[in-house]
Amino acid sequence: MIEASGLTKSFASRSGAVVEAVRGIDVAVRRGEAFGFLGPNGAGKSSTMRMVAAVSPVSGGTLRILGMDPAVDGPKIRARIGVCPQEDTLDTELNVRDNLYIYGRYFGLPRAEVRGRVEELLEFVQLTDKASAKVDDLSGGMKRRLTIARSLINRPDVLLLDEPTTGLDPQARHVVWDRLFRLKQQGVTLVLTTHYMDEAEQLCDRLVVMDKGLIVAEGSPLELIRTWSTREVAELRFAPTHEHGGDLAAIAPKVADLAERVEVLPDRLLLYSADGEEAIAQVHERGLDPVATLVRRSTLEDVFLRLTGRTLVD
Amino acid sequence: MGPAGSTTRLDVRRAARMTDYWWVAYRRTWRGSAISSFVVPLLYILAMGVLLGGFIKGDPDQLEGATSYLSFVAPGMVAAQSMTTVFGEVTYPVMGMIKWNRSYYGMIATPLGVPDIVFAHLGFVVFRVALVSGVFLAVMAPFGVFSSVPGVLLAFLVQLLIGLAFAAPLYALTAALKNESGFALVFRLGMIPMFLFSGAFFPVSNLDRWMEVLARFTPLWHGVDLTRMLVLGRVDASLALVHVAYLGGLAVAGWLLATRLLHRRLID
Repeated sequence: MIEASGLTKSFASRSGAVVEAVRGIDVAVRRGEAFGFLGPNGAGKSSTMRMVAAVSPVSGGTLRILGMDPAVDGPKIRARIGVCPQEDTLDTELNVRDNLYIYGRYFGLPRAEVRGRVEELLEFVQLTDKASAKVDDLSGGMKRRLTIARSLINRPDVLLLDEPTTGLDPQARHVVWDRLFRLKQQGVTLVLTTHYMDEAEQLCDRLVVMDKGLIVAEGSPLELIRTWSTREVAELRFAPTHEHGGDLAAIAPKVADLAERVEVLPDRLLLYSADGEEAIAQVHERGLDPVATLVRRSTLEDVFLRLTGRTLVD
Repeated sequence: MGPAGSTTRLDVRRAARMTDYWWVAYRRTWRGSAISSFVVPLLYILAMGVLLGGFIKGDPDQLEGATSYLSFVAPGMVAAQSMTTVFGEVTYPVMGMIKWNRSYYGMIATPLGVPDIVFAHLGFVVFRVALVSGVFLAVMAPFGVFSSVPGVLLAFLVQLLIGLAFAAPLYALTAALKNESGFALVFRLGMIPMFLFSGAFFPVSNLDRWMEVLARFTPLWHGVDLTRMLVLGRVDASLALVHVAYLGGLAVAGWLLATRLLHRRLID
């Protein structure tokens, strides 16, 4: 459905310097799968999505969407994909139904056909009751659902979702996930970006982790956890009154052999180990006496933080 | 322009798909605009043409051939209103679709291209000018200022040209402005001085020499003079041609620039 090789995107910044947002990525999205782009802010996810949406021109490399070149067949490609952008682009002064109706017309669909699809989609995203409400009066979650409904008006082969649940409360996120899961079951190819690891684990069959414009890892959520983390993680906290004055960096060497990897955080030590309980038992045996311990399974978040670092990106 | 810009060319049939959008958007506001587009011209004609005009002795030599101040000022006001309509329909609405509700971004995610969007939006502005100036001309009819029906019909078409001659460059300017704070300047230093000094309310020959030259370079003067010629039936063919060429050139140049600048704003 989507094939990119050596894909790059660069543009001139306000100061005139050339910014390389995407620095050569290879991606292949197959029919019917849910594919995710993960990465911190500025990793190049949105730039990639804008190219895949056949809106932003490719700077280098090749990109084929549904077998077509976006530089040649932009309108034809856009006719067959759905886009749910990060920021809503709804017409806030029109009502819910009109937003869907006019959008369907942009695709050149006959009026009667669009009217039918509008009612169907309102039902699908549970907005039938709000059909006559102005967009301005909708909650954030309702706007998101309307945006998703709008992106489906042309019955797309591929649905692109740029951070579909950012800013939503947990209830609204679960409703959106449920709808996206149903679409996936109907055979719609989903391509999404997110920085929520639970979202990626819930929805994606396969994903890539991007950092600084490059792909740093690729695989299913489970494969990524197996490759980049251990089965379990033991978390240890120590009291400030501990023998080393709570200096975790000084404690770390004493447990280094108990885990595949030890990570020192400001408030705790993380022991990446296949058996977390066993590691903690050993820690106690050595008389290190942590005040609190926790054993949990590795998540995609551990993978993500390992690959992209813990430093804040603005 | 990047490669995508050169491939998504203007496609009038595709642009026509936006008719539904503009129709829905218009229906939302038509009541308010319909009343004002009828009442405002009537008030202007009564106040400026009939009442103020009552104090002015109409000497055709001083009024560019008009036999009364009413028949001098009425065509000027039509042209001036065509201009002010455009300022209202382009500046804030275009900025809103770029920046506030970002609905242009929703449009470019569909098969529509930037040239289609600009074409449809300018088309809507011209439609609004047609309504407003059509009503204005209809309101003028009973006051006996028209010399001939064909003249009035041509004057009506001229309003559409004036509309486009202002709308296209103003669209380009809006696409280039970072935010709405520049509009205050556009209105105060652009629209209002033109409205007052471009020959709508008094002959520009009354101005100081340098101001008169300046006034004759404004697009509104060309629009006012052309409208007045046609309404009064005193057409100077070569000057009329200059007016049409000037306004047409402005419309075409502005249109090309608007497409280019909106592309840069939304895509690059």
